[in-house]
Amino acid sequence: MFMMSYQLPEFVIERREDKCIKCRVCERQCAFEGHEYDEEFDRMFSYEDKCVGCQRCVVFCPTNALIIKPHPGDYRPNANWTREKLQDLKKQAETGGVILTGSGNDKGYRIYWDHLVLNASQVTNPSIDPLREPMELRTFLGRKPDSLQLEIDGDDVQITTELTPNVAIETPIVFTAMSYGAISYQAFKSLAMAASEFGTLFNTGEGGLPTELRKYGKNAIVQCASGRFGVDPEYLNCSAAVEIKIGQGAKPGIGGHLPGEKVSVWISETRMIPEGTDALSPAPQHDIYSIEDLSMLIYALKEATNYEKPVSVKIAAVHNAPAIASGMVRAGADIIALDGLRGGTGAAPKIIRDNVGIPIEMALASVDRRLREEGIRNKASILVAGGFRNSGDVLKAIALGADAVYIGSPALIAMGCTMCQKCYTGKCNWGICTQDPYLTKRLNPEIASQRLVNLLRGWSHEIKEMLGGMGINAIESVRGNRDHLRGVGLEDWELDVLGVKGAGEV
Amino acid sequence: MRRSRRILEPEKDMQACGLFGVMDRSGRRFDGNIAIDAMKNMKVRGNGLGGGFSVYGPYPHYKDQYAIHVMYEGGNTDAKNRVEDFLHKNFEVVNEEEVPTNSDANVINPPLVWRYFVNPEKKGEEKKISDDDYVVAKVMDINTKIDDAFVFSSGKDMAVFKGVGFPEDIAEFFMLDELYKGYIWTGHSRFPTNTPGWWGGAHPFCILDWTVVHNGEISSYGTNRRYLEMYGYYCTLFTDTEVIAYAVDLLMRRQKLPIEVVSRIFAPPMWYLIEHMDERRKQLYTTLRRVYGPLLVNGPFTFIVAHHGEMFGLTDRIRLRPITAGEKADFIFMSSEEASIRAVSPDLDRIWTPHGGEPIIGRLWEDEKKKKKEQLILEQTFR
Ligand code: SF4
Ligand code: SF4
Repeated sequence: MFMMSYQLPEFVIERREDKCIKCRVCERQCAFEGHEYDEEFDRMFSYEDKCVGCQRCVVFCPTNALIIKPHPGDYRPNANWTREKLQDLKKQAETGGVILTGSGNDKGYRIYWDHLVLNASQVTNPSIDPLREPMELRTFLGRKPDSLQLEIDGDDVQITTELTPNVAIETPIVFTAMSYGAISYQAFKSLAMAASEFGTLFNTGEGGLPTELRKYGKNAIVQCASGRFGVDPEYLNCSAAVEIKIGQGAKPGIGGHLPGEKVSVWISETRMIPEGTDALSPAPQHDIYSIEDLSMLIYALKEATNYEKPVSVKIAAVHNAPAIASGMVRAGADIIALDGLRGGTGAAPKIIRDNVGIPIEMALASVDRRLREEGIRNKASILVAGGFRNSGDVLKAIALGADAVYIGSPALIAMGCTMCQKCYTGKCNWGICTQDPYLTKRLNPEIASQRLVNLLRGWSHEIKEMLGGMGINAIESVRGNRDHLRGVGLEDWELDVLGVKGAGEV
Repeated sequence: MRRSRRILEPEKDMQACGLFGVMDRSGRRFDGNIAIDAMKNMKVRGNGLGGGFSVYGPYPHYKDQYAIHVMYEGGNTDAKNRVEDFLHKNFEVVNEEEVPTNSDANVINPPLVWRYFVNPEKKGEEKKISDDDYVVAKVMDINTKIDDAFVFSSGKDMAVFKGVGFPEDIAEFFMLDELYKGYIWTGHSRFPTNTPGWWGGAHPFCILDWTVVHNGEISSYGTNRRYLEMYGYYCTLFTDTEVIAYAVDLLMRRQKLPIEVVSRIFAPPMWYLIEHMDERRKQLYTTLRRVYGPLLVNGPFTFIVAHHGEMFGLTDRIRLRPITAGEKADFIFMSSEEASIRAVSPDLDRIWTPHGGEPIIGRLWEDEKKKKKEQLILEQTFR
């Protein structure tokens, strides 16, 4: 029996008829079929219930005839039963399913970056002008020894300490894991190109690395996740580093599911699974039920890569992250990747995305502190992900103790994404989170990678400006330097966890 | 779980200063006048809230004993009794005496200062640690556990004299011009921006026979401090100088790295310079930065570090604080200002201003000769 949907439209499509020239661009641009031309009436029609607010049509309309805005129509105001809660509930009553969503947590949990401020030099300590003096952002990811032993051997000074592999990056910003499959080939390639041009890294995510893109391997962190998609010796060895994915900030404790219809022949080749089959990533890694098991996988990967690559272990930021991280370092991880509450995703149950995990600021501060207390902070780098919006957030994270920052959403936004959260539908109008060739060809890797390089360049410049203001000319001197942070509008316990003083406290 | 109230760490000390160091590389000992006159010449670099000197070689009769110099704030005799009990329990005290002072000197609230020449008496488990580490631990105990007592210095055959006043006043108070002779003297005058004068807070800062005098404000303080904490150094005075002293102790005393290398850790060359080096040096410098990045000392600084046989000066990588070096026969000088060197030695053989990160090194000729080849290779590699 037909069941009518009781959903309210989320957006209003306002077409200013005096401007519209009926060119039908909006109709072609919208994969959600929000616009339609009717020949009989010689008129454009809108279907507001289909609009996701991605703004693609607005940007492409040649006459600026369109305005898309949140629908003002609402239920009786109710602080408890908000529009979103009612809509979600109705959707479930109509489908009986788990509500899916994409991108990151959009709830109002406190964003600590907005409650932390940075320092600058005045009088007692000169600030440095980054336009006139070198400012160094080069960062090394991987394990560092406690000390270096030097020996004079003949005419030479030799380092006799055994060194473990490190990867150098030119800015402490790395593209986070986004798999080919979750995002389009074009988007994936754009990330690879930009990372390689700027001298930083991208992360393949769990979907493998297409053979013809292995030339970007030097700039790739290759993931080994619970589905083990696309993992073979060449994949591991062409990389800069290997990452074991235990969890993801947007969906801690949850696996992944790439539906069969997205598994094209190319994706099937890269993931090494039959075409058209669902790509299922189990929730846990079924060979890791304990820290000893993790250690075995870490060393298996080190063996497979001849101890030439740092091995990262990525976890979602959860309540006891510090103890877990300490175990990971002892198990042999060279990099600890932490993904916070606001980390993005291609698809996740909304209830998980919005309710599980802790903010990255708190996880980072407590993990950094714990590793220092145990005297093992230098044994692993900390990479943090989940909710970075600008270079200020990045520098604050480094001052809290991160070695570098993973960015996902900012990279997507640079390529066109508008945070419409419909990644899980496979209809991304910006050609990013989709495998539909009609949509993906909208993204030109030459142009998209340039946008990404510009983003890295802009943020790096800004970081240099802020460092110069602090009188610091090398990023390592602000790493873990919480003296350069102060909290504003935070409670005592929050300041304690972050290990910073309140503004005005000296 | 009850939440305790937040304990704030004290604010870090900020200051600007004048520094001076002089060494007779033949090992001949001389009185304090050169250092005192040089410091006087730089009077404007201090504000009378702190001055001090270190001297190497003043106690030839007790050169095998640790010379523990202790100040008792306000002449607190209870503190003195507790320190003496403690020392007698943990050391063989070979001699003890009050440090002679001149009550006419222009100083404020001078404490009572005593010195003790001691040999460690380690018991049980303690026998496993070296004498040096034993002394460091005991000095920490006195500084943190006995109120109103503070150890000025604890090395063998060396001493630190410091306090609240201009350096020349402190020198007069301790009569440095007539009572002591040494082959190295360093001096310091302080311009603190925030701390009220406290005798223990003046420079030089000392652990064992290592002393540091320092000028500048370290922007990387938090990074440096938190790295050193991993190695068991807890900053209790919250001064940049303390951080430098601990870093020197960790790298030079414990990890045995020579100053040529340590100066490249504190003030490494820029990456663009490293890129232009030959492969071997490039790899060496890159590894140093990668491993010791947290000990890069950023922001303006100059310091002079001394220990037996060696004195060296260093300025930051972009040379935001001044240091000048001079040589006259066996003498080597280093100072915040050229004028103060010329004031005490007008007819110099050589005077130069080193680049940022390039150490000025004064070593006893006899040591220099002993490791000549090694030294040359180090110097070449880390030039
Ligand atoms: S793109 Fe703009 S001008 Fe073209 S049909 Fe749509 S609304 Fe009209
Ligand atoms: S990637 Fe595409 S579908 Fe996902 S939020 Fe961005 S614009 Fe929307």
